[in-house]
Amino acid sequence: MSKPSNEGFFWLLFSAGGVVAAVFIPVLLFLFGVAFPLGWLPQPSYEHLLTLARSPLARIFLFVVCSLPLFHWAHRFRFTLYDGLQVKHLNEAIFVLCYGGALVGTLLSGYLLLKI
Amino acid sequence: MSVQPSTEFHPRWYRAPVSTYWWMGSWRYSLFILRELTSVAVAWSVVVTLLLLRSLLKGPDAYAHFTHRMQAPWMLALNIIAFCFLLLHTITWFNLAPRAMPVRVGGKRVPEFLVAAPNYVLWVVASAAIAWFVLRKS
Amino acid sequence: MAEKIVLEIARYAPEKDEKPSFQSFEVPFRKEWVVLDALNHIKDKVDGSLTYRWSCRMGVCGSCGMMVNGEPKLTCATFLSSYGNGATVRVEPLRYFPVIRDLVTALSDFLVKLQSVKPWLIRKDEPPLSAGEFLQTPEQLDIYKQFSMCINCTLCYAACPVVGLEPTFVGPAALALAQRYNMDNRDQGAEERLGLLAHPEGIWGCTFVGECTRVCPKHVDPAGAIQQYKLKAALEWVKGFILPRGSEDQSKEVRP
Ligand code: SF4
Ligand code: FES
Repeated sequence: MSKPSNEGFFWLLFSAGGVVAAVFIPVLLFLFGVAFPLGWLPQPSYEHLLTLARSPLARIFLFVVCSLPLFHWAHRFRFTLYDGLQVKHLNEAIFVLCYGGALVGTLLSGYLLLKI
Repeated sequence: MSVQPSTEFHPRWYRAPVSTYWWMGSWRYSLFILRELTSVAVAWSVVVTLLLLRSLLKGPDAYAHFTHRMQAPWMLALNIIAFCFLLLHTITWFNLAPRAMPVRVGGKRVPEFLVAAPNYVLWVVASAAIAWFVLRKS
Repeated sequence: MAEKIVLEIARYAPEKDEKPSFQSFEVPFRKEWVVLDALNHIKDKVDGSLTYRWSCRMGVCGSCGMMVNGEPKLTCATFLSSYGNGATVRVEPLRYFPVIRDLVTALSDFLVKLQSVKPWLIRKDEPPLSAGEFLQTPEQLDIYKQFSMCINCTLCYAACPVVGLEPTFVGPAALALAQRYNMDNRDQGAEERLGLLAHPEGIWGCTFVGECTRVCPKHVDPAGAIQQYKLKAALEWVKGFILPRGSEDQSKEVRP
Protein backbone atom coordinates (compact mmCIF):
# COMPACT_ATOMS: atom_id res chain seq x y z
CA MET A 1 0.00 0.00 0.00
CA SER A 2 1.25 3.48 -0.77
CA LYS A 3 2.40 5.57 2.16
CA PRO A 4 -0.32 7.66 3.73
CA SER A 5 1.51 10.94 3.35
CA ASN A 6 1.92 10.84 -0.43
CA GLU A 7 -1.78 11.01 -1.12
CA GLY A 8 -1.80 14.35 0.67
CA PHE A 9 0.74 15.69 -1.78
CA PHE A 10 -1.19 14.53 -4.82
CA TRP A 11 -4.37 15.90 -3.36
CA LEU A 12 -2.78 19.32 -2.93
CA LEU A 13 -1.73 19.27 -6.58
CA PHE A 14 -5.23 18.17 -7.52
CA SER A 15 -6.82 21.00 -5.58
CA ALA A 16 -4.46 23.69 -6.80
CA GLY A 17 -4.96 22.47 -10.36
CA GLY A 18 -8.70 22.46 -9.84
CA VAL A 19 -8.67 26.12 -8.87
CA VAL A 20 -6.45 27.14 -11.79
CA ALA A 21 -8.56 25.11 -14.21
CA ALA A 22 -11.80 26.61 -12.87
CA VAL A 23 -10.65 30.23 -13.07
CA PHE A 24 -8.38 30.46 -16.11
CA ILE A 25 -9.00 27.64 -18.54
CA PRO A 26 -12.57 28.24 -19.74
CA VAL A 27 -11.71 31.61 -21.28
CA LEU A 28 -8.65 30.21 -23.06
CA LEU A 29 -10.55 27.37 -24.68
CA PHE A 30 -13.44 29.67 -25.45
CA LEU A 31 -11.21 32.13 -27.30
CA PHE A 32 -8.94 29.77 -29.20
CA GLY A 33 -11.23 26.79 -29.58
CA VAL A 34 -14.62 28.40 -30.15
CA ALA A 35 -14.73 32.18 -30.65
CA PHE A 36 -11.82 32.61 -33.09
CA PRO A 37 -12.55 29.58 -35.28
CA LEU A 38 -16.21 30.63 -35.53
CA GLY A 39 -15.20 34.19 -36.35
CA TRP A 40 -17.07 35.64 -33.39
CA LEU A 41 -13.94 37.56 -32.48
CA PRO A 42 -11.04 38.61 -34.70
CA GLN A 43 -8.15 36.13 -34.65
CA PRO A 44 -5.13 37.88 -33.11
CA SER A 45 -2.05 38.16 -35.27
CA TYR A 46 0.99 35.94 -34.94
CA GLU A 47 3.23 38.82 -33.90
CA HIS A 48 0.86 40.01 -31.23
CA LEU A 49 0.54 36.60 -29.62
CA LEU A 50 4.27 35.98 -29.80
CA THR A 51 5.11 39.24 -28.04
CA LEU A 52 2.46 38.48 -25.50
CA ALA A 53 3.72 34.96 -24.83
CA ARG A 54 7.27 36.22 -24.49
CA SER A 55 6.56 38.55 -21.63
CA PRO A 56 7.84 37.11 -18.35
CA LEU A 57 4.49 37.33 -16.63
CA ALA A 58 2.74 35.49 -19.44
CA ARG A 59 5.36 32.75 -19.36
CA ILE A 60 4.81 32.15 -15.68
CA PHE A 61 1.05 32.29 -16.15
CA LEU A 62 1.11 29.85 -19.05
CA PHE A 63 3.37 27.47 -17.18
CA VAL A 64 1.00 27.40 -14.22
CA VAL A 65 -2.00 26.99 -16.52
CA CYS A 66 -0.39 24.06 -18.33
CA SER A 67 1.15 22.20 -15.40
CA LEU A 68 -1.18 22.21 -12.39
CA PRO A 69 -4.39 21.39 -14.28
CA LEU A 70 -2.67 18.33 -15.72
CA PHE A 71 -2.09 17.07 -12.20
CA HIS A 72 -5.69 17.87 -11.45
CA TRP A 73 -6.64 15.67 -14.39
CA ALA A 74 -4.27 12.90 -13.30
CA HIS A 75 -5.86 12.64 -9.88
CA ARG A 76 -9.46 12.72 -11.00
CA PHE A 77 -8.98 10.48 -13.97
CA ARG A 78 -7.16 7.93 -11.88
CA PHE A 79 -10.05 7.66 -9.44
CA THR A 80 -12.64 7.67 -12.21
CA LEU A 81 -10.90 4.70 -13.78
CA TYR A 82 -10.68 2.88 -10.46
CA ASP A 83 -14.30 3.42 -9.58
CA GLY A 84 -16.03 3.65 -12.93
CA LEU A 85 -14.42 0.63 -14.52
CA GLN A 86 -13.53 -1.24 -11.35
CA VAL A 87 -10.04 -2.00 -12.59
CA LYS A 88 -8.31 -2.01 -9.26
CA HIS A 89 -5.80 -4.62 -10.35
CA LEU A 90 -4.37 -2.12 -12.87
CA ASN A 91 -3.74 0.29 -10.03
CA GLU A 92 -0.06 0.87 -10.66
CA ALA A 93 -0.33 1.06 -14.44
CA ILE A 94 -3.05 3.70 -14.18
CA PHE A 95 -1.03 5.66 -11.68
CA VAL A 96 2.02 5.71 -13.93
CA LEU A 97 -0.08 6.57 -16.98
CA CYS A 98 -1.85 9.51 -15.32
CA TYR A 99 1.02 11.13 -13.49
CA GLY A 100 3.49 10.24 -16.23
CA GLY A 101 1.24 12.05 -18.69
CA ALA A 102 0.96 15.07 -16.42
CA LEU A 103 4.73 15.17 -15.99
CA VAL A 104 5.40 14.94 -19.73
CA GLY A 105 2.94 17.77 -20.39
CA THR A 106 4.53 19.89 -17.71
CA LEU A 107 8.04 19.38 -19.07
CA LEU A 108 6.80 20.08 -22.58
CA SER A 109 5.20 23.35 -21.55
CA GLY A 110 8.38 24.33 -19.70
CA TYR A 111 10.45 23.63 -22.79
CA LEU A 112 8.12 25.52 -25.13
CA LEU A 113 7.92 28.52 -22.84
CA LEU A 114 11.70 28.72 -22.45
CA LYS A 115 12.32 28.51 -26.18
CA ILE A 116 9.56 30.76 -27.37
CA MET B 1 -3.04 0.63 8.97
CA SER B 2 -5.85 -0.82 7.05
CA VAL B 3 -9.29 -1.70 8.26
CA GLN B 4 -10.03 -5.26 7.35
CA PRO B 5 -13.54 -6.04 6.25
CA SER B 6 -14.64 -7.52 9.48
CA THR B 7 -18.03 -8.88 8.60
CA GLU B 8 -17.27 -12.50 9.24
CA PHE B 9 -18.12 -14.71 6.35
CA HIS B 10 -21.59 -15.99 6.85
CA PRO B 11 -22.81 -18.41 4.21
CA ARG B 12 -26.42 -17.38 4.66
CA TRP B 13 -26.01 -13.65 4.35
CA TYR B 14 -26.84 -12.25 0.98
CA ARG B 15 -24.35 -9.86 -0.61
CA ALA B 16 -25.54 -7.95 -3.65
CA PRO B 17 -22.76 -7.51 -6.20
CA VAL B 18 -21.99 -3.95 -7.32
CA SER B 19 -22.63 -3.54 -11.03
CA THR B 20 -19.88 -2.18 -13.27
CA TYR B 21 -22.51 0.28 -14.46
CA TRP B 22 -23.36 1.54 -10.98
CA TRP B 23 -22.90 5.12 -12.18
CA MET B 24 -25.91 4.74 -14.45
CA GLY B 25 -28.04 3.65 -11.49
CA SER B 26 -29.18 7.16 -10.64
CA TRP B 27 -28.86 10.50 -12.35
CA ARG B 28 -26.96 11.80 -9.35
CA TYR B 29 -24.30 9.17 -9.79
CA SER B 30 -24.19 9.96 -13.50
CA LEU B 31 -23.75 13.64 -12.77
CA PHE B 32 -20.93 12.75 -10.42
CA ILE B 33 -19.14 10.79 -13.14
CA LEU B 34 -19.67 13.67 -15.58
CA ARG B 35 -18.17 16.00 -13.01
CA GLU B 36 -15.15 13.75 -12.70
CA LEU B 37 -14.84 13.53 -16.47
CA THR B 38 -14.57 17.31 -16.72
CA SER B 39 -10.93 16.63 -15.93
CA VAL B 40 -10.57 15.19 -19.43
CA ALA B 41 -11.77 18.48 -20.90
CA VAL B 42 -9.26 20.27 -18.68
CA ALA B 43 -6.44 18.08 -19.95
CA TRP B 44 -7.63 18.59 -23.53
CA SER B 45 -7.58 22.37 -23.09
CA VAL B 46 -3.99 22.14 -21.93
CA VAL B 47 -3.18 20.12 -25.06
CA VAL B 48 -4.75 22.85 -27.22
CA THR B 49 -2.71 25.46 -25.38
CA LEU B 50 0.46 23.44 -25.91
CA LEU B 51 -0.34 23.13 -29.63
CA LEU B 52 -0.79 26.89 -29.80
CA LEU B 53 2.51 27.50 -28.04
CA ARG B 54 4.27 25.08 -30.34
CA SER B 55 2.91 26.87 -33.40
CA LEU B 56 4.05 30.19 -31.98
CA LEU B 57 7.51 28.76 -31.46
CA LYS B 58 7.68 27.36 -34.99
CA GLY B 59 6.67 30.52 -36.84
CA PRO B 60 3.81 32.23 -38.72
CA ASP B 61 3.16 29.29 -41.05
CA ALA B 62 2.71 26.92 -38.15
CA TYR B 63 0.40 29.43 -36.50
CA ALA B 64 -1.70 29.67 -39.64
CA HIS B 65 -1.81 25.90 -39.72
CA PHE B 66 -2.96 25.87 -36.09
CA THR B 67 -5.78 28.34 -36.69
CA HIS B 68 -6.83 26.37 -39.74
CA ARG B 69 -6.85 23.13 -37.77
CA MET B 70 -9.05 24.68 -35.08
CA GLN B 71 -11.66 25.44 -37.75
CA ALA B 72 -12.14 21.81 -38.75
CA PRO B 73 -15.74 20.85 -37.93
CA TRP B 74 -14.82 17.90 -35.73
CA MET B 75 -12.32 20.03 -33.86
CA LEU B 76 -14.92 22.73 -33.32
CA ALA B 77 -17.46 20.22 -32.10
CA LEU B 78 -14.91 18.74 -29.72
CA ASN B 79 -14.00 22.14 -28.36
CA ILE B 80 -17.60 23.19 -27.85
CA ILE B 81 -18.29 19.99 -25.90
CA ALA B 82 -15.09 20.45 -23.93
CA PHE B 83 -16.08 24.03 -23.15
CA CYS B 84 -19.40 22.86 -21.70
CA PHE B 85 -17.51 20.42 -19.50
CA LEU B 86 -15.20 23.22 -18.39
CA LEU B 87 -18.19 25.25 -17.30
CA LEU B 88 -19.46 22.24 -15.36
CA HIS B 89 -16.08 21.99 -13.67
CA THR B 90 -15.98 25.66 -12.75
CA ILE B 91 -19.50 25.67 -11.34
CA THR B 92 -19.18 22.45 -9.35
CA TRP B 93 -15.74 23.45 -8.11
CA PHE B 94 -16.85 26.85 -6.87
CA ASN B 95 -19.98 25.45 -5.28
CA LEU B 96 -18.26 22.60 -3.47
CA ALA B 97 -15.21 24.51 -2.26
CA PRO B 98 -16.97 26.22 0.69
CA ARG B 99 -17.87 22.78 2.04
CA ALA B 100 -14.22 21.80 2.17
CA MET B 101 -13.15 25.14 3.58
CA PRO B 102 -15.79 26.49 5.90
CA VAL B 103 -15.37 30.16 6.71
CA ARG B 104 -16.25 31.35 10.18
CA VAL B 105 -16.74 34.95 11.16
CA GLY B 106 -17.32 35.73 14.80
CA GLY B 107 -17.78 32.05 15.59
CA LYS B 108 -20.60 31.66 13.07
CA ARG B 109 -20.29 29.84 9.80
CA VAL B 110 -20.69 32.07 6.76
CA PRO B 111 -23.41 30.77 4.39
CA GLU B 112 -21.95 28.77 1.52
CA PHE B 113 -23.23 30.97 -1.29
CA LEU B 114 -21.51 33.97 0.27
CA VAL B 115 -18.23 32.06 0.28
CA ALA B 116 -18.75 30.93 -3.31
CA ALA B 117 -19.75 34.35 -4.68
CA PRO B 118 -16.27 35.94 -4.64
CA ASN B 119 -15.00 32.99 -6.68
CA TYR B 120 -17.42 33.84 -9.46
CA VAL B 121 -16.38 37.48 -9.35
CA LEU B 122 -12.74 36.46 -9.55
CA TRP B 123 -13.57 34.17 -12.46
CA VAL B 124 -15.28 36.91 -14.48
CA VAL B 125 -12.55 39.45 -13.78
CA ALA B 126 -9.74 37.03 -14.64
CA SER B 127 -11.47 35.93 -17.84
CA ALA B 128 -12.04 39.51 -18.93
CA ALA B 129 -8.41 40.40 -18.21
CA ILE B 130 -7.08 37.48 -20.23
CA ALA B 131 -9.42 38.25 -23.11
CA TRP B 132 -8.32 41.88 -23.04
CA PHE B 133 -4.64 40.94 -23.24
CA VAL B 134 -5.25 38.56 -26.12
CA LEU B 135 -7.54 40.85 -28.11
CA ARG B 136 -5.75 44.13 -27.47
CA LYS B 137 -4.45 45.87 -30.57
CA SER B 138 -0.91 46.83 -29.73
CA MET C 1 -62.39 5.20 -4.22
CA ALA C 2 -60.43 2.93 -1.93
CA GLU C 3 -57.29 4.59 -0.70
CA LYS C 4 -54.41 2.17 -1.02
CA ILE C 5 -50.74 1.93 -1.76
CA VAL C 6 -48.67 -1.07 -2.85
CA LEU C 7 -45.41 -1.90 -1.13
CA GLU C 8 -42.99 -4.09 -3.06
CA ILE C 9 -40.85 -5.50 -0.31
CA ALA C 10 -37.57 -7.34 -0.74
CA ARG C 11 -37.85 -10.72 0.98
CA TYR C 12 -34.93 -12.94 1.76
CA ALA C 13 -35.11 -16.08 3.85
CA PRO C 14 -31.55 -17.35 4.24
CA GLU C 15 -32.63 -20.92 4.97
CA LYS C 16 -34.29 -21.36 1.59
CA ASP C 17 -33.59 -18.46 -0.79
CA GLU C 18 -30.62 -18.09 -3.11
CA LYS C 19 -31.22 -14.37 -3.36
CA PRO C 20 -33.86 -11.79 -2.46
CA SER C 21 -37.10 -11.47 -4.37
CA PHE C 22 -39.91 -8.95 -4.20
CA GLN C 23 -43.30 -9.52 -2.67
CA SER C 24 -46.16 -7.05 -3.09
CA PHE C 25 -48.47 -6.01 -0.27
CA GLU C 26 -51.45 -3.74 -0.51
CA VAL C 27 -51.84 -1.45 2.46
CA PRO C 28 -54.31 1.33 3.25
CA PHE C 29 -53.13 4.75 2.21
CA ARG C 30 -53.30 6.98 5.27
CA LYS C 31 -51.84 10.40 5.09
CA GLU C 32 -50.52 10.21 8.66
CA TRP C 33 -48.71 6.93 8.01
CA VAL C 34 -45.01 6.63 7.43
CA VAL C 35 -43.47 3.67 5.59
CA LEU C 36 -42.68 2.07 8.94
CA ASP C 37 -46.38 2.18 9.90
CA ALA C 38 -47.21 0.34 6.69
CA LEU C 39 -44.58 -2.30 7.48
CA ASN C 40 -46.00 -2.71 10.99
CA HIS C 41 -49.46 -3.05 9.51
CA ILE C 42 -48.25 -5.85 7.25
CA LYS C 43 -46.45 -7.60 10.08
CA ASP C 44 -49.49 -7.37 12.41
CA LYS C 45 -52.24 -8.13 9.94
CA VAL C 46 -50.86 -9.90 6.90
CA ASP C 47 -47.54 -11.66 7.27
CA GLY C 48 -45.92 -12.00 10.69
CA SER C 49 -42.70 -13.30 9.18
CA LEU C 50 -41.71 -9.94 7.68
CA THR C 51 -38.44 -8.97 9.37
CA TYR C 52 -37.02 -5.46 9.86
CA ARG C 53 -35.53 -3.28 12.57
CA TRP C 54 -37.03 -0.30 14.27
CA SER C 55 -37.32 1.17 17.72
CA CYS C 56 -37.94 4.82 18.44
CA ARG C 57 -40.32 5.81 15.61
CA MET C 58 -39.02 9.34 15.85
CA GLY C 59 -35.77 9.55 13.92
CA VAL C 60 -33.48 9.14 16.89
CA CYS C 61 -32.41 5.52 17.21
CA GLY C 62 -31.24 5.14 13.63
CA SER C 63 -32.36 1.54 13.24
CA CYS C 64 -35.14 1.80 10.65
CA GLY C 65 -33.06 2.77 7.62
CA MET C 66 -34.08 1.14 4.32
CA MET C 67 -33.98 1.84 0.62
CA VAL C 68 -37.33 3.37 -0.32
CA ASN C 69 -37.68 3.63 -4.09
CA GLY C 70 -33.90 3.36 -4.32
CA GLU C 71 -33.20 6.15 -1.83
CA PRO C 72 -31.75 5.53 1.64
CA LYS C 73 -34.41 6.72 4.09
CA LEU C 74 -35.41 6.49 7.72
CA THR C 75 -38.72 4.70 7.25
CA CYS C 76 -40.12 6.28 10.40
CA ALA C 77 -39.65 9.71 8.85
CA THR C 78 -40.82 8.94 5.31
CA PHE C 79 -44.52 9.53 4.75
CA LEU C 80 -46.60 7.43 2.39
CA SER C 81 -48.18 10.66 1.23
CA SER C 82 -44.94 11.73 -0.42
CA TYR C 83 -45.45 8.87 -2.89
CA GLY C 84 -49.16 9.50 -3.40
CA ASN C 85 -52.33 7.46 -3.31
CA GLY C 86 -52.19 4.32 -5.44
CA ALA C 87 -48.43 4.46 -5.85
CA THR C 88 -46.14 1.44 -5.83
CA VAL C 89 -43.23 1.85 -3.45
CA ARG C 90 -40.17 -0.40 -3.34
CA VAL C 91 -38.70 -1.17 0.05
CA GLU C 92 -35.30 -2.86 0.16
CA PRO C 93 -32.59 -3.33 2.77
CA LEU C 94 -29.88 -0.65 2.86
CA ARG C 95 -27.57 -1.01 -0.13
CA TYR C 96 -24.00 -2.34 0.11
CA PHE C 97 -24.60 -4.14 3.41
CA PRO C 98 -24.90 -7.93 3.66
CA VAL C 99 -28.53 -8.93 4.19
CA ILE C 100 -29.36 -11.19 7.12
CA ARG C 101 -33.08 -11.54 6.45
CA ASP C 102 -35.68 -9.50 4.55
CA LEU C 103 -34.86 -5.88 5.42
CA VAL C 104 -32.27 -6.51 8.11
CA THR C 105 -28.62 -5.77 7.32
CA ALA C 106 -25.45 -6.93 9.08
CA LEU C 107 -23.77 -4.09 10.92
CA SER C 108 -20.68 -5.72 12.43
CA ASP C 109 -18.40 -4.34 9.71
CA PHE C 110 -19.68 -0.80 10.26
CA LEU C 111 -19.24 -1.08 14.01
CA VAL C 112 -15.62 -2.17 13.66
CA LYS C 113 -14.93 0.77 11.34
CA LEU C 114 -16.63 3.12 13.75
CA GLN C 115 -14.44 1.93 16.57
CA SER C 116 -11.30 2.10 14.44
CA VAL C 117 -11.43 5.92 14.33
CA LYS C 118 -11.29 6.14 18.15
CA PRO C 119 -14.44 8.21 18.54
CA TRP C 120 -13.85 9.30 22.10
CA LEU C 121 -11.90 12.04 23.84
CA ILE C 122 -8.21 11.20 23.82
CA ARG C 123 -6.10 13.01 26.39
CA LYS C 124 -2.36 13.07 26.73
CA ASP C 125 -2.67 14.31 30.26
CA GLU C 126 -5.56 13.23 32.40
CA PRO C 127 -6.13 15.92 35.00
CA PRO C 128 -7.46 14.67 38.34
CA LEU C 129 -11.18 14.85 38.95
CA SER C 130 -10.60 17.49 41.60
CA ALA C 131 -9.37 19.83 38.85
CA GLY C 132 -12.98 20.11 37.77
CA GLU C 133 -14.64 19.79 34.40
CA PHE C 134 -13.24 20.77 31.01
CA LEU C 135 -14.70 24.10 30.05
CA GLN C 136 -16.01 24.76 26.59
CA THR C 137 -17.50 27.94 25.17
CA PRO C 138 -20.57 27.92 22.92
CA GLU C 139 -18.28 28.87 19.99
CA GLN C 140 -16.03 25.90 20.69
CA LEU C 141 -19.06 23.64 20.82
CA ASP C 142 -20.42 25.07 17.61
CA ILE C 143 -17.31 24.08 15.69
CA TYR C 144 -17.97 20.34 15.98
CA LYS C 145 -21.62 20.20 16.99
CA GLN C 146 -22.94 19.47 13.51
CA PHE C 147 -20.73 16.38 13.25
CA SER C 148 -21.86 15.11 16.64
CA MET C 149 -25.50 14.74 15.61
CA CYS C 150 -24.94 11.36 13.95
CA ILE C 151 -27.34 8.58 14.96
CA ASN C 152 -25.40 5.79 13.20
CA CYS C 153 -28.28 5.02 10.88
CA THR C 154 -25.82 4.04 8.08
CA LEU C 155 -27.91 5.76 5.39
CA CYS C 156 -24.75 7.52 4.26
CA TYR C 157 -23.02 4.18 3.69
CA ALA C 158 -25.91 3.03 1.54
CA ALA C 159 -25.59 6.26 -0.48
CA CYS C 160 -21.84 6.09 -1.04
CA PRO C 161 -20.58 4.31 -4.16
CA VAL C 162 -17.07 4.10 -2.72
CA VAL C 163 -18.43 2.01 0.17
CA GLY C 164 -19.85 -0.40 -2.39
CA LEU C 165 -16.73 -0.52 -4.54
CA GLU C 166 -14.20 -0.58 -1.72
CA PRO C 167 -15.43 -2.71 1.17
CA THR C 168 -12.46 -1.62 3.31
CA PHE C 169 -13.24 2.10 2.97
CA VAL C 170 -13.85 3.46 6.48
CA GLY C 171 -16.86 5.40 5.22
CA PRO C 172 -18.68 8.69 5.79
CA ALA C 173 -20.20 8.45 9.28
CA ALA C 174 -17.04 7.07 10.92
CA LEU C 175 -14.81 9.70 9.27
CA ALA C 176 -17.21 12.49 10.22
CA LEU C 177 -17.17 11.24 13.78
CA ALA C 178 -13.38 11.23 13.79
CA GLN C 179 -13.50 14.84 12.68
CA ARG C 180 -16.05 15.59 15.40
CA TYR C 181 -13.45 14.59 18.01
CA ASN C 182 -10.57 16.23 16.17
CA MET C 183 -12.38 19.55 16.33
CA ASP C 184 -13.33 19.23 19.97
CA ASN C 185 -11.01 21.48 21.98
CA ARG C 186 -10.98 18.96 24.86
CA ASP C 187 -9.52 16.28 22.61
CA GLN C 188 -5.79 15.73 22.03
CA GLY C 189 -5.97 12.71 19.75
CA ALA C 190 -5.99 14.42 16.33
CA GLU C 191 -2.47 13.30 15.54
CA GLU C 192 -3.16 9.72 16.51
CA ARG C 193 -6.33 9.63 14.41
CA LEU C 194 -4.57 11.21 11.46
CA GLY C 195 -2.16 8.30 11.45
CA LEU C 196 -5.13 5.96 11.37
CA LEU C 197 -7.14 7.77 8.73
CA ALA C 198 -4.77 9.48 6.28
CA HIS C 199 -4.51 6.39 4.11
CA PRO C 200 -6.18 5.23 0.89
CA GLU C 201 -8.95 3.43 2.75
CA GLY C 202 -9.52 6.38 5.04
CA ILE C 203 -10.01 9.97 3.92
CA TRP C 204 -8.12 9.52 0.63
CA GLY C 205 -10.58 6.91 -0.54
CA CYS C 206 -13.32 9.55 -0.69
CA THR C 207 -13.97 11.17 -4.08
CA PHE C 208 -16.44 13.75 -2.79
CA VAL C 209 -19.51 12.27 -4.42
CA GLY C 210 -21.45 14.14 -1.77
CA GLU C 211 -24.38 11.71 -1.62
CA CYS C 212 -23.76 10.96 2.07
CA THR C 213 -24.48 14.55 2.98
CA ARG C 214 -27.62 14.66 0.87
CA VAL C 215 -29.22 11.60 2.45
CA CYS C 216 -28.19 12.25 6.06
CA PRO C 217 -31.35 12.76 8.12
CA LYS C 218 -29.39 14.64 10.79
CA HIS C 219 -27.60 17.13 8.49
CA VAL C 220 -24.21 15.89 9.61
CA ASP C 221 -22.47 16.69 6.27
CA PRO C 222 -19.96 13.82 6.32
CA ALA C 223 -18.68 14.88 2.88
CA GLY C 224 -17.74 18.32 4.19
CA ALA C 225 -16.12 16.78 7.26
CA ILE C 226 -13.97 14.51 5.09
CA GLN C 227 -12.83 17.30 2.74
CA GLN C 228 -11.88 19.45 5.73
CA TYR C 229 -10.00 16.48 7.10
CA LYS C 230 -8.17 16.06 3.78
CA LEU C 231 -7.07 19.67 3.79
CA LYS C 232 -5.75 19.31 7.30
CA ALA C 233 -3.97 16.04 6.47
CA ALA C 234 -2.39 17.59 3.38
CA LEU C 235 -1.14 20.57 5.36
CA GLU C 236 0.25 18.18 7.97
CA TRP C 237 2.04 16.43 5.14
CA VAL C 238 3.64 19.72 4.06
CA LYS C 239 4.63 20.38 7.65
CA GLY C 240 6.13 16.92 7.93
CA PHE C 241 7.99 17.54 4.69
CA ILE C 242 9.52 20.78 5.91
CA LEU C 243 10.18 19.47 9.41
CA PRO C 244 10.95 15.77 8.83
CA ARG C 245 11.12 15.11 12.55
CA GLY C 246 7.41 15.50 13.01
CA SER C 247 6.66 13.14 10.16
CA GLU C 248 8.80 10.43 11.72
CA ASP C 249 6.71 10.40 14.85
CA GLN C 250 3.66 10.22 12.67
CA SER C 251 4.77 7.22 10.67
CA LYS C 252 5.42 5.40 13.91
CA GLU C 253 1.85 5.90 14.83
CA VAL C 254 0.61 4.77 11.47
CA ARG C 255 1.52 1.18 12.08
CA PRO C 256 1.63 0.52 15.77
S1 SF4 D 1 -23.75 10.66 9.21
FE1 SF4 D 1 -25.97 10.93 8.93
S2 SF4 D 1 -26.53 9.33 7.44
FE2 SF4 D 1 -24.52 8.79 8.25
S3 SF4 D 1 -24.94 7.38 9.94
FE3 SF4 D 1 -24.78 9.46 10.83
S4 SF4 D 1 -26.88 10.24 10.89
FE4 SF4 D 1 -26.87 8.46 9.50
S1 FES E 1 -37.30 3.93 14.28
FE1 FES E 1 -35.71 5.02 15.33
S2 FES E 1 -34.91 6.25 13.70
FE2 FES E 1 -36.63 5.32 12.78
